[in-house]
Amino acid sequence: MPKTYLDYAATTPCDPKVVKAMSGFLKKDFGNPSSIHNFGQKASMAIGGAREVLAEFLGCESEEIVFTGSATEADNLAIFGVVKAAKVAQPHLITSQIEHPAVLESCRALAGQGAQVTYLSVGKDGVVEIAELKKALKSNTVLVSIMYANNEVGTVQPIAEIAEVIKKTNPKTLFHTDAVQAVNFLDCDVKKLGADLLTLSGHKIYGPKGVGALYIKKGTPIEPIIYGGGHERGLRSGTENVAGIVGLGQAIKEIQNPKSKIQNIRIRQFRDKLIKTILKIIPASRLNGSLAQRLPNNVNISFDGAEGEAIVVALDQKGIAASTGSACSSGSLEPSHVLLALGLSEEVAHGSLRMTLGKYNTAKDVEKVIKVLPVVIQKLRKISGYSQS
Amino acid sequence: MEYYSKKIIDRFLHPKNLGKIKDADGIGDTTNLRCGDLMKIYLKIEKKGGKEIIKDAKFETFGCGHAISISDMICDLVKGKTLDEALKIGYEAIIDELGPIPPVKMHCAKLAQTAMKAAIDDYKNKSKK
Repeated sequence: MPKTYLDYAATTPCDPKVVKAMSGFLKKDFGNPSSIHNFGQKASMAIGGAREVLAEFLGCESEEIVFTGSATEADNLAIFGVVKAAKVAQPHLITSQIEHPAVLESCRALAGQGAQVTYLSVGKDGVVEIAELKKALKSNTVLVSIMYANNEVGTVQPIAEIAEVIKKTNPKTLFHTDAVQAVNFLDCDVKKLGADLLTLSGHKIYGPKGVGALYIKKGTPIEPIIYGGGHERGLRSGTENVAGIVGLGQAIKEIQNPKSKIQNIRIRQFRDKLIKTILKIIPASRLNGSLAQRLPNNVNISFDGAEGEAIVVALDQKGIAASTGSACSSGSLEPSHVLLALGLSEEVAHGSLRMTLGKYNTAKDVEKVIKVLPVVIQKLRKISGYSQS
Repeated sequence: MEYYSKKIIDRFLHPKNLGKIKDADGIGDTTNLRCGDLMKIYLKIEKKGGKEIIKDAKFETFGCGHAISISDMICDLVKGKTLDEALKIGYEAIIDELGPIPPVKMHCAKLAQTAMKAAIDDYKNKSKK
């Protein structure tokens, strides 16, 4: 059975060019980048090359990039590292209720150690309100961490505006954004965004798993969270994942390829067709999060009387891979914190389906979903005894 | 262990005991507040030689694939049993038939048991009157 993959926000396959770029560094050019001999220098040069690619993409200096083992690690470094360096007796942090667990749990851990944390609410559209942020800023606010685009509902935050408000209200407060889901589609120029720190990931952009990066603006006070041989300017010790870093660099190069813009237009067309058709042909269904301020690849729809995991399992049986909220939390029983923050009831939040498109999707995939999904929903509604009144 | 075994998928896709019993003798309705699942069990009870035997059982469930296949299985298991026997059917009996389920889904079996007990209690209350 041909498989239709609609879970690109969970992870992406590696682009063939990424695999090709990486393969040499797994076997032939295996050297440790810290070694002085030719093997090591080759690896070191390759990391330098990838760093330059990322710097060009982000509009920053190479020295402002730190490679990490994942985006989660980069988020942890940004949050714990900044708070540690701030040396404030009672630091205050601001984040949003719809952040990725990598940010939310880091903030919660700091709260457990005595930090104050404000979790900004979002509107029904899934967007943070600037006025609320302004009110929350205090003289001891060390860091604000707001994601660029949400992983579950794809809503895009007004990052440049957020940065402006922060810097105007309290210039010393640092601003971090997790841009993991945004990189494929949105401008990530850190100067335009006004971010002091920015996280990105390899495996969400057709690169490998096990590699992420953190942009840290020059002069930003930050301390490491991992100690050792002093790699990555002492901010992330541990022998570099050379092949992974090279793969991440190649993935960013592919995003800069003009072809990627055309792919994104097609992805948006698929998204619009899915949203429009599903809402029209399946009664008691609704889109979660803003349509206007939304990633081009995200569809998140709730269906009354059909439970999310059951929808996913039934679709999987028909060769369609989708997800409920996020793959990370599918092991938990709690409804999505993002959907609850958007104001959905627990029951409706349990009945949500996320489909995230990518560059390998075809018009046939879209047709298949339109054909299969109504049947699945109808069947599950029959099982739940749901009747439209 | 696979998150969804083949047996569970089969039951989920082709439940045998789905639906309502119009003139049910007992109905059990329950809400699992933690995972949001809703289960409803309908029973038809017959008196045979002084014993009350479950003649038919059906279900409606708003829940994941595990919850649905477990609802279907417990309906199968209680048929032909006395009320006391049916009340004893729990997690062990269900996984004996369905095969192992992930630990995070164990509450689905408890939920089915609760719904079944509620249906039996409903019948007992009604028959007292």
